[in-house]
Amino acid sequence: MLLITCPWCGVREEHEFACGGEAHIVRPLDSHTLDDAEWADYVFMRRNPKGVQYERWVHNDGCRRWFNMARHTVSHEILAIYKVGEPKPEFEG
Amino acid sequence: MSGRLKSGGAIDRDEVLRFHFDDREYFGHPGDTLASALLANGVRLMGRSFKYHRPRGLLAAGAEEPNALVRLRSGRAAEPNLRATMVELYDGLVAESQNRWPTLRFDVGEVNSLFAPLFPAGFYYKTFMWPASAWKHYEWAIRRFAGLGRAPEPGDPDVYEHRHAHCDVLVIGGGPAGLAAARRATRAGARVILVDEGAAFGGSLRGNGQAIDDAPGLDWVADVVADIEAAADAVALPRTTAIGYHDHNYVTLLERVGDHLPRPESGQPRRRLWKVRARRVVLATGAIERPMVLADNDRPGVMLASAVQSYLNRQAVKVGERVAITTNNDSAYDVAVQLKAAGVAVPALIDLREEVAPALAERLAAQGIELLLARAVVQVHGKYGVKGVDVMRLAPDGERVSGEVRRLDCDALAMSGGWNPTVHLFSQSGGRLAFDETLGAFLPGTGGQPAAVVGAAAGRFDLAACLADGDAAGLAALEAAGITRKGRMPQGPAAEASTAGTPPRNLWQVPTGPGKAATAKRFVDLQNDVTASDLALAAREGYRSIEHVKRYTTTGMGTDQGKTSNVNALGIVAGTLGQEISAVGTTTFRPPYTPATFGAIAGRHTGLNLDPIRRTPMQAWHEAHGAVFEPVGQWLRPRYYPRAGEDMAAAVNREVKATRTSLGLLDATTLGKIDIQGQDAAEFLNRIYTNGWKRLGVGRCRYGLMLHEDGMVFDDGVTARLGENHFHMTTTSGNAGAVLSWLESWLQTEWPELRVYCNSVTEQSAVAGVSGPNARLLMESLGGDLDFSPEAFPFMTWQDGTLAGLPARVFRVSFTGELSYEINVAASLGTALWETLMRAGAAWDITPFGTEAMHVLRAEVGFIIVGQETDGTVTPIDLGLEAMVSGAKDFIGKRSLARADTARGNRRQLVGLLPEDPYLVVPEGAQIVERAGMAPPVPMIGHVTSSYFSPNLGQAFAMALVEGGGARHGETVQVCWDGRSAPAKLCPPKFLDPDGSRARA
Ligand SMILES: [Zn+2]
Repeated sequence: MLLITCPWCGVREEHEFACGGEAHIVRPLDSHTLDDAEWADYVFMRRNPKGVQYERWVHNDGCRRWFNMARHTVSHEILAIYKVGEPKPEFEG
Repeated sequence: MSGRLKSGGAIDRDEVLRFHFDDREYFGHPGDTLASALLANGVRLMGRSFKYHRPRGLLAAGAEEPNALVRLRSGRAAEPNLRATMVELYDGLVAESQNRWPTLRFDVGEVNSLFAPLFPAGFYYKTFMWPASAWKHYEWAIRRFAGLGRAPEPGDPDVYEHRHAHCDVLVIGGGPAGLAAARRATRAGARVILVDEGAAFGGSLRGNGQAIDDAPGLDWVADVVADIEAAADAVALPRTTAIGYHDHNYVTLLERVGDHLPRPESGQPRRRLWKVRARRVVLATGAIERPMVLADNDRPGVMLASAVQSYLNRQAVKVGERVAITTNNDSAYDVAVQLKAAGVAVPALIDLREEVAPALAERLAAQGIELLLARAVVQVHGKYGVKGVDVMRLAPDGERVSGEVRRLDCDALAMSGGWNPTVHLFSQSGGRLAFDETLGAFLPGTGGQPAAVVGAAAGRFDLAACLADGDAAGLAALEAAGITRKGRMPQGPAAEASTAGTPPRNLWQVPTGPGKAATAKRFVDLQNDVTASDLALAAREGYRSIEHVKRYTTTGMGTDQGKTSNVNALGIVAGTLGQEISAVGTTTFRPPYTPATFGAIAGRHTGLNLDPIRRTPMQAWHEAHGAVFEPVGQWLRPRYYPRAGEDMAAAVNREVKATRTSLGLLDATTLGKIDIQGQDAAEFLNRIYTNGWKRLGVGRCRYGLMLHEDGMVFDDGVTARLGENHFHMTTTSGNAGAVLSWLESWLQTEWPELRVYCNSVTEQSAVAGVSGPNARLLMESLGGDLDFSPEAFPFMTWQDGTLAGLPARVFRVSFTGELSYEINVAASLGTALWETLMRAGAAWDITPFGTEAMHVLRAEVGFIIVGQETDGTVTPIDLGLEAMVSGAKDFIGKRSLARADTARGNRRQLVGLLPEDPYLVVPEGAQIVERAGMAPPVPMIGHVTSSYFSPNLGQAFAMALVEGGGARHGETVQVCWDGRSAPAKLCPPKFLDPDGSRARA
C-alpha cells in the first residue's frame, strides 16, 4: 500500500487513488495516416520496466484530479509526483 | 510422563480452569496455553500427520508449531487449524483434534503409513495426473483424508474490526531488544506502538530467568510496559502479531482481542486488524529454533529444546521424567541445567560437535549430566511417545555414523538444530537476506524500508547485545522521525555479557543407523510430511529451483509456512545438488506471517456493510407494492411486481403486455446522469461519441455510443442539449462512475485546452418513465403548461414545464420502442410524481414494470444493453450500428475500427435468434455451433447474449453474437448448454416494429 501525496490534497492512502497506466503517451492527431502497427503501438503497447516507471494516477475518492508519478517498480519508492503538463523529471534506472 | 511441577512458572495455581479436548475433561490454570495444559495432564498425542497419519505431539511452544492444530468451539463459531501453542486456556474451552477419523488414537488414515512407499515426493502430481479418467473415482476417497481441518458452518456470530493508526515508531516483538527500543522512543515522547504475539511481554526473558540492571529480567519488563502504558502517545499491544509488512512502512497487525476469553467482552471484537503506517519500524522478532532431521524425529515427545524450556519456566510443566537432549549449539546447555534443577532426569546431552568450551562442559559435569560429544541420535523409539533413543559416533565429515549403538532410556527428546532469525517481515518489506555460514541461517541483509532489525532477529543472541541493539535502534528511530530528545539521556539497560561460545555444527540431516533404522523416516517438514529422502528425490529428479522443490514436495507450505523446516530443507537440497546454500537461495516470504481468518480480514465489511446500497426515492412505494428487487451495480431496482399467485414469468408477461398495449411505468432514476458544461462541450462530445454532436439543436436529444480507443463499445445513452454550451448526458446505470472518470481523464490529461466541466447529477433527480400507446393521453391528463402534441413535442426532444403542479423536465425518448416520456423531477418529489402518475394512469390501467420487462421490451425492438450484448470485444459495426459511426470526424476508437482484425467480415455479429421450439427460452451465455452431431472438437461460432419469452410475439426469442452472422439471416444453428442443445434460426435483431414508428407516434 503506497502512501501518495496528491498535489492538491496532500498525503493520502493508496486506496483513494486509481492508477491509469503509463504516462506521457500522446494521442496521435493524424491517426488515419498511421499503419496498423503504429496505431497498435499507441493503443496497446506499454513499457513494463524493472526500474523507474512514469504513470498516471487519479485521486478518485478525493479531488478527482489526475497527476503523474515516477515510481520505482521494485522498491515502490515514489521518486516524484508532478501535475499534468509539467515536465517529466528524469531518473536513472 | 509429563506433568506439572509443584512450584514455579507464571501460572495461577489457585484458580482451576476446566476444558475439553476430544470429549475428555481436563484441568489447567490461568497462564496455561492449551498445549501446556494438555502436557500437564499427560496428553502427548495431539494430532495426526497430513499424509501418513502418524501420531504427532507438540514440537514447539510458539507460533511455529506445525503439529498440534486443533479445532476450537463448535458450529458457526468453530475455527479450525489453531495452534494449541497459541491458544490461551480459558474456563470451558472446547477443542478437538484434526486430521483423524474416527478418533485420534484409532485413525483409519494410518493405513497410509503402510503404503508409505507409494507417497513419494510429487505424489499428487504423479498420481492424479494419470490416468485422468480415474480421478473421478478416487477423488471422493481422497477428499476425506486431504486438507487440514474443516471449514466452520457459515454465519460467524463474532464481530471483527479494523483500526487505522499512525505512529513514529512501531516496535514488533516485545522481547529484550524490542522493549529496549520501545523504552527509548517512549521516553523521548515519540508515538510508539509496541506489539508482541504472546499473552505477555518479555519474549525470551519469560522463559530463562536472566537479569537486567542487576534485577530479575521480568521486573525490568514490567517497568518498561508500565512506562509505555503511562505515556500519552504510546500503546503496548499483547496478543498481537504483525502479519504483513507492505510498501511504505504499512504494517498489518492482528490483535486477538477476545480469543483468550470464553467469549469476547460485550462490545468487543474477537479480533482486530490494525493497519499501521509507521515512520520507522523496529523488527525485534527474535529467532526460531530448528529441529534436527533425524530418524523418527516426529514421535510425540520429540520437541525443540526451547519449547521444553518454555513449558518448564512459563507453565511449570515438565515434558517428561527423563529428557535426553541433542544439540549442535550452546543454547541447549541451559535447558539441561534447568531441567535438572527442576528434578527432571537428563540421561545425556548429545552434542554433534567434536568439542565445546570447557565452561559449558563443566556446567553439565557439576549437575552430573553426561556429555556425549561427536555423537548423534540415530533413532527414536516409541510410536505414541518416546521410549528411548539410539546414539552413535558421528564421523567428522557428518556423512556417516559408526561404532556401537548405545540406547538411552528416556521419555522425551529435546533437540536444537540451531537458530533461524525470524526474518519473515524483513523479507516481506523488500529486504534481501544473506546466508551466514557460521550460524547456518539467513540474516537480514540490505534494502527494505525505513526499519531496523535488532537482537536475535539480526542473529545476535546474547542478552547484553540485544539490549544494546534495541536501545540504539530506539535512538536511531527518534532521529529519523525528527524527534528531539528532552532532557538528559538516561542510560540504556545493561546485562552481563555471556562468554564466547563454540560455533554450531550445521548438519542438515543426521545419518541413519544400521539395519532397519536405515530406512526410518527423517522428517523435515512435519506439517506436510516431507522427509529428507523426498527432498533428495526431488533434486535427483531434476528440480533445481528451490521454489520448484517447494511446490513439488510441498515442503514449507501449509499453515506454518515452513517456519521450522525451510532452512533444513534448503540445506538438504543444496547438499544433494552439491551447491552452497547461498547459491540455492530461499523461497519467498509472503504475508501473512501467521494465518489470519477471513473474519479479521473482512472486519465490519460484511453483509449490508460490504458495499453501499443505492435506493431511489420511490423505494418505499416499490416495497409496499411487493416488488422483487435485483442489484444493478450498487443500485437496487425493482425486477418485477408479482401479483398474488403470479410467478416471475407471469408477472413479466403481464407487465410487457400492458406496456405494449396500454401504459407502463418504470422507475428510471438509476440512469447515470452527467451534467456537461463549457464553451467546448459540443467539441468534447464530438470526440467522445462515435456520431456528430455539433449541429444538434438546443432542445434536442441524440443517442450516442462511446468506444474505448481499441474500438470496442464502452457505453451508450441519450444526451440532450440543454443550451449552447450545456449538455445532459445519460449513461448505463451500472457504468455512470466509470464514464465520468473516463471523461475526466481525457479532459485533464489529453485535452486540458478544452473548457469543459463534468459533474455527476444522477442523484439530483428522480425519473419516471411513462411508456405505451396511451402515454400521451396520460401526460395530457396531468395538467400543466406543456403541449404534448406530436408537433409541439416531437420524438427525441425535451422540455421544461410543470406537470400536476410539479416542476419537471420531460425527455421524449424511448427505450421500450413505445411512445415514451421520461419525467425528471427533484429527487425529493419522486414519490409525489410516482403516486400522481399511478393515480392518473388508472384510467388506462397503468402498470408498473421492472427491469425484467424493460429488458424484454427493448429486446423486442432490438435495442442493445451495454454489458449484455457487448463484453468489451464488440464494435459498433458488430452490432449493426454502422450508421452511428461518423466518417467526417475523428473520435476515440475510430482508427481501431479500420484495423485488420476489427474490419474483417467474419467477426461475431449481432443477430436475432428464434428457437425452433417457440416456447424454449435458451439460457443466456449458451454456446452456438453450426449444427447438431458434429464430431469434437466442435468450433464455437457464437453465444447467446439475451433471451426471453415475448408475450407480444407469442414465442421465445433471443439475441446472439455469431461469426459472420449479419450475412446469415435465415440459416439454422445449434444452441448448446449443460449437455443439451436445440436448433434456432438466425434473423435480423429486430422482432417488432422494425421501422420504429411506435416510438415516433
Ligand atoms: Zn486529491
